[in-house]
Amino acid sequence: MTTLTDPAKGAFRPSMLLYDTRYRSLTLQAIAAIVLALCLMYLYSNLADNLRAAGLNISFGFLADTAGYDINQTLIDYNSQSSNLRAAVVGILNTLLVAFLACVTATIFGVLAGVLRLSPNWLVRKLMAFYVEIFRNIPVLIWIIIIFTIMTAVLPAPSAFRGDDPDSSMLFNLAAFTNRGIYIPGPYFTRGFGLEGNGGLNWILVIAVLIGSLIGTRAVTASANAKQEATGVRPKTLWINLAIWFVPIIVVLFALGLQWDIPALRGFNFGGGIQIGGPLIALWFALSIYTGAFIAENVRAGILSVSKGQTEAAAALGLRPRRVMSLVVLPQALRVIVPPLISQYLNITKNSSLAIAVGYADITATLGGITLNQTGRAIECVLLLMLFYLIISLLISAFMNVYNNSMKLKER
Amino acid sequence: MSDTHAESIPFVRETTLPQAAPPTAERGVYKWGRENLFATPANALLTLVSIYVIYVVLSAILPWVLNGVWNAGSLSECREILAGTRGGCFAVLVDRWEQLFFGFKYPSDQLWRPTLTLVLFFFAVAPVLFFDLPRKLLAFTAVFPFLAYWLIWGGPILVPIVALVGVGAGYVVYSRLVAQSFAGGFFGGIAAAAVVWFLGGYLVDATTGPSSLLDAVPSRDLGGYMLNFMLGVTCVSLSVPIGIALALGRQSSMPLIKWLSVIFIEFIRGVPLITLLFVASVMLAYFFPPNSTVDLFLRVVIMITMFSSAYIAEVIRGGLAALPKGQYEAADSLGLDYAQSMRLIILPQALKISIPGIVNIAVGLFKDTTLVSVISMFDLVGMIRGPILASTDWNGVYWELLGFAALLFFVVCYGISQYSQWLERRLATDHR
Repeated sequence: MTTLTDPAKGAFRPSMLLYDTRYRSLTLQAIAAIVLALCLMYLYSNLADNLRAAGLNISFGFLADTAGYDINQTLIDYNSQSSNLRAAVVGILNTLLVAFLACVTATIFGVLAGVLRLSPNWLVRKLMAFYVEIFRNIPVLIWIIIIFTIMTAVLPAPSAFRGDDPDSSMLFNLAAFTNRGIYIPGPYFTRGFGLEGNGGLNWILVIAVLIGSLIGTRAVTASANAKQEATGVRPKTLWINLAIWFVPIIVVLFALGLQWDIPALRGFNFGGGIQIGGPLIALWFALSIYTGAFIAENVRAGILSVSKGQTEAAAALGLRPRRVMSLVVLPQALRVIVPPLISQYLNITKNSSLAIAVGYADITATLGGITLNQTGRAIECVLLLMLFYLIISLLISAFMNVYNNSMKLKER
Repeated sequence: MSDTHAESIPFVRETTLPQAAPPTAERGVYKWGRENLFATPANALLTLVSIYVIYVVLSAILPWVLNGVWNAGSLSECREILAGTRGGCFAVLVDRWEQLFFGFKYPSDQLWRPTLTLVLFFFAVAPVLFFDLPRKLLAFTAVFPFLAYWLIWGGPILVPIVALVGVGAGYVVYSRLVAQSFAGGFFGGIAAAAVVWFLGGYLVDATTGPSSLLDAVPSRDLGGYMLNFMLGVTCVSLSVPIGIALALGRQSSMPLIKWLSVIFIEFIRGVPLITLLFVASVMLAYFFPPNSTVDLFLRVVIMITMFSSAYIAEVIRGGLAALPKGQYEAADSLGLDYAQSMRLIILPQALKISIPGIVNIAVGLFKDTTLVSVISMFDLVGMIRGPILASTDWNGVYWELLGFAALLFFVVCYGISQYSQWLERRLATDHR
């Protein structure tokens, strides 16, 4: 008979650092830490030497200095006497603006193309496959340049709209498509609060009313659901919902005296209304159709991932096609579609940095372009630029993690 | 009985009737069209809209292409030839093809060098892409990078030879030692290569003479589509091994290694490539030793490689995570150590799963090489927007040039993605 005993606990020997799995990982990590520290010290000493040789230092004081350049499309007040920091903020807002617009339209394009690729119609299917392949396989930079060229080289100059028999005319006398950008009517208020400024309070009021309508319709839907649970009959909610959406907002807009400022030819250019610059349109549209092609593939994969048995089972239970879609297919497809969709949004935000190729003043063009070249603060500018994009990415990733956790199949 | 029965049936057919053709509505083009194009009124409407869209696009493009001018010296000559009719001025492609493909500074009498490199590239990459080819061809693949370097950059032939001998020595040492321990083989190989390179460095310095067969071409003279191609191929091939290392590091049980990998990957994936290119063009030089000149091409290769290796690491991590846990446990129970189990059991399977993802990253990266035009390198897009469109002869020829660039990228990227789909079918070992 044998007895099992613990292995003899010998004294610690140095060779155990390499051959004993209990200590080996510590050894390896220590070596890695030392190598890393040496590398960082080497890079830092190079940096310090180079900076000293060039007579530079690391300082962010330049952010408070006068920027000294103009930006043609700004969301907040800005002129060439503003600081570099304000120019950077203008750039950040412009980045967020084009990223938001492109996300919305790319989703629309992508969902349309993805659904149409599954259409029973052969011609439509092929056409959408063609769209997806063409746009996925050509660099987005080329698309941005192509659309920017259409904007600048094909659309007429404002002067073409002049005279009794002009070469070009405005669309329904409301919008003008020129090579300097697109001019559309802009709303403004004649009554209400804060008219001396830009009428910001009025807009807040309008948004508040819209949010109220949203809450109202949700309440109506919830009560309809409760009634259906209790009695099995679903009350009609369409008309009451439409009323909740439209009546309050129309009343408020009338009360505030909404007017439209229609663009018109003044001097050498159009004035009035809202001007959307050519670079913004080029970037917006190119990012939308390019990313739309990727989203189309995600949507198609998502819908195909719901097995046919699910649809058939729902139909066998007596659900109508619309409710099969909304209660059975979509919730399962969305679980597959949304995570890649969010990373496409992240890609749009990152690709919006290509604005610099067409001269749209986003953060890369202001902070990483003109400010960098004028101040020569390369390291500081690039670091701030990276920090901004990193924060945006981490926020979107965090949001995606929250979503994934909430949608995760509850498994035991 | 039989008689009465015979009388009640006046006629019995003894042969079967020949089959009648199905009704016209149920056969041929008519049936196909009804089912696929005009199944419902909404579908019919969609079909008509699609036909209209196709008509509009083709009627805009076809006359323009067919009526194109291929022989002219400048845009104004093109317009004279066209005499007011619509047509493309493709003469710019004929006139400037050298610049589009090779940049505007590569010596014109040396253009056979990059062309030959491209031809050899196809031979080198074939055994990597198609497993059925004899494995011995991989020897040429191993030699190709050094040959390509020498063909494109020229200069003393000793430099690539020393580099090749160093790698060869490292490989010999590695294959001797790897049977005992992977770490010994790995570091021994690196040490052997370093020794050869160090000694070879003296040899190269000692023999500076008119011994170079090919004239040296500096990196800044590279350009055009060649530059996109070189950046794409170099960075993808460099980033696969780094990506594998990062993916393994991210899975590691050692917290320091794991967190370093995570921070690197998430940082790189969080910033746009263009900021990394800014780093390459304005910032990276500060981190090299003073008075050293590292040319822009190399700096860009470093940054793009870092960029793509982070993405490839994530793809491979997906492959590692997709393997059933039993594979890891089986490797452990066989008594394999970490390096052996990874090399022999885990990575072959994980890489197989990751190949389509890696190819996707490669396509994306190849498209992203156009971004170097933003930091004033003259790749294909940079050539078009810079020297060609700015020249007095061709100022205003947008569509022909941009369309050509789009076509070049489409051909390569579509080709790679078709290859990827073929490979996916080929590697599918599960019978579904």
